[in-house]
Amino acid sequence: MNEKVGIVAQAQTKYEPLKEGVDLSEMIFDVVKQVREQTGLKFTLDGTGIDSTVTCSQDLWDGRTISGMFASDVAGAHLRPEEKVAGNGVSAAAYGCMQILSGHYDVVLMVAWCRESITNGRLVEWMSMEPFVHRMLGMDFCAAAALQARRYMDKYSVTPEDCARVVVRAHSNARNNPYAQSPRKLSVEDVLKSKELASPIRELDAKPTSDGACAIILAREDKAKKITSNPIWIKGFGSCYDAHMPGDRDLAKCDALVSAARQAYKEAGIKDPAKEISLAEISASYAYQELMYTEGLGLCGEGEAKELLAKGVTDMGGRLPVNPSGGSLVGNPVTVDGAVRVAEAFLQLSNQAGARQVPGARVAVAHGVDGACGQLHNVMVLGI
Amino acid sequence: MSQETKPKAPLSIEGAIILPYRYAAGGVMSRFLIALRDSKKTLGIRCSRCNMVYVPPRETCLHCFGRMDEWVELEGSGTVESYTVVRYSLPVHPMAAPFAFALIKLDGADTSLTHLLGEIDLEKIKVGMKVEPVYSESRKASILDISYFRPAN
Ligand SMILES: [Zn+2]
Repeated sequence: MNEKVGIVAQAQTKYEPLKEGVDLSEMIFDVVKQVREQTGLKFTLDGTGIDSTVTCSQDLWDGRTISGMFASDVAGAHLRPEEKVAGNGVSAAAYGCMQILSGHYDVVLMVAWCRESITNGRLVEWMSMEPFVHRMLGMDFCAAAALQARRYMDKYSVTPEDCARVVVRAHSNARNNPYAQSPRKLSVEDVLKSKELASPIRELDAKPTSDGACAIILAREDKAKKITSNPIWIKGFGSCYDAHMPGDRDLAKCDALVSAARQAYKEAGIKDPAKEISLAEISASYAYQELMYTEGLGLCGEGEAKELLAKGVTDMGGRLPVNPSGGSLVGNPVTVDGAVRVAEAFLQLSNQAGARQVPGARVAVAHGVDGACGQLHNVMVLGI
Repeated sequence: MSQETKPKAPLSIEGAIILPYRYAAGGVMSRFLIALRDSKKTLGIRCSRCNMVYVPPRETCLHCFGRMDEWVELEGSGTVESYTVVRYSLPVHPMAAPFAFALIKLDGADTSLTHLLGEIDLEKIKVGMKVEPVYSESRKASILDISYFRPAN
């Protein structure tokens, strides 16, 4: 990228299985108010404050169509512009970045929200499938992921114990994250003893139901430097879709992620991601995905993530920590998931990550995903 | 008047999105479903440029963006590439849990078909096992005209 776009602020709610007594607008207002206060920016139309809003939500999860519309006031879009991304937050942050790179706006608010607790998420997933085969069969993302998990685990000799170690590590890291949803002290045995959902996936292998919101503010280089002394720069972005129907792909692989990562690294000038990246924040709804996506991001070779995990390379204190925040396996709502990955990368690189800080972090990769078995992958490289 | 906005027990209301849809199957999916209904036959479609046979068939090739019009009649039997035993229940499941989904590479196809397994011990499913379709008695031009796949002798 020739021009630079910086992230200057982030805010997150605490993630909870059920945010009782708070309506969706209050949840959004909470994080938007925080990033406004951190930056001192107001919603303006004269180029002196926040110029536009990008929201990130999905209609069926919110239970209303064009679900950005009900929240225009709390998202800072009363008598102002707002564009909605019905995808993951990495994609929404990239869209905000492009609004700035286009020259149309200088400062953009991105806010993502979801209350998974209000509906049956498996039915929302089912509704996203094509109607003639997979919807007739009653397929949701958990069952589809289970088909992929078995292919991946068979091909690379990944055991249920390897996947359980991912969960144990996620909860262990999350104990350092004040936003994290009920991190637990778990053993590999606890995970392996948890109820089977769809073999080989067990309850603790799967992301729990979660409510929450996340906001970030992006700004053009000159303005970013005025807003904060340590803006974090978006260095590269990549996006790639795979086939909709899982049976059209080799499910043991995540070719779309490999391609998205390649685009992002090329733009960021990264030649050897395993050496140059300080930490990764990866979206994974199921434990096997965190291993698979570590490989897809080029942080190690195919089938090698379990060894990195076993050797502690991807732990806190290791050479390349994966999900210092704990990641989505501890609980981040869909559509907010990707935004959290970007927000956490910002906190790490600006040395504001508290007990989960990776010392000396210089380059981070934030990953977002949508669809059954990871149909769409988004990759963002951020740096100081 | 109290200035407190948060009552002790906040309310929530029930809601549902109930909308009827009619999804158009198009020529290719229609022909596939009608072949299942009328002659218990599984049709694939071939891209002659990529030499790939797709099941379920669709109009265009994923790889070359070309239109496909070369129909292929398959035996219907195939090999289990992956499977899962589902232990939770959804109102949209066609079988009562526990039941098994499988990815089945039909003989002569290059893609895998997602379907159900039946007449099988859920503990004895294996990747690589050969399976064959069991057709429903009352067929409606639906993918569920194949009730499930069962182990082939
Ligand atoms: Zn082709």
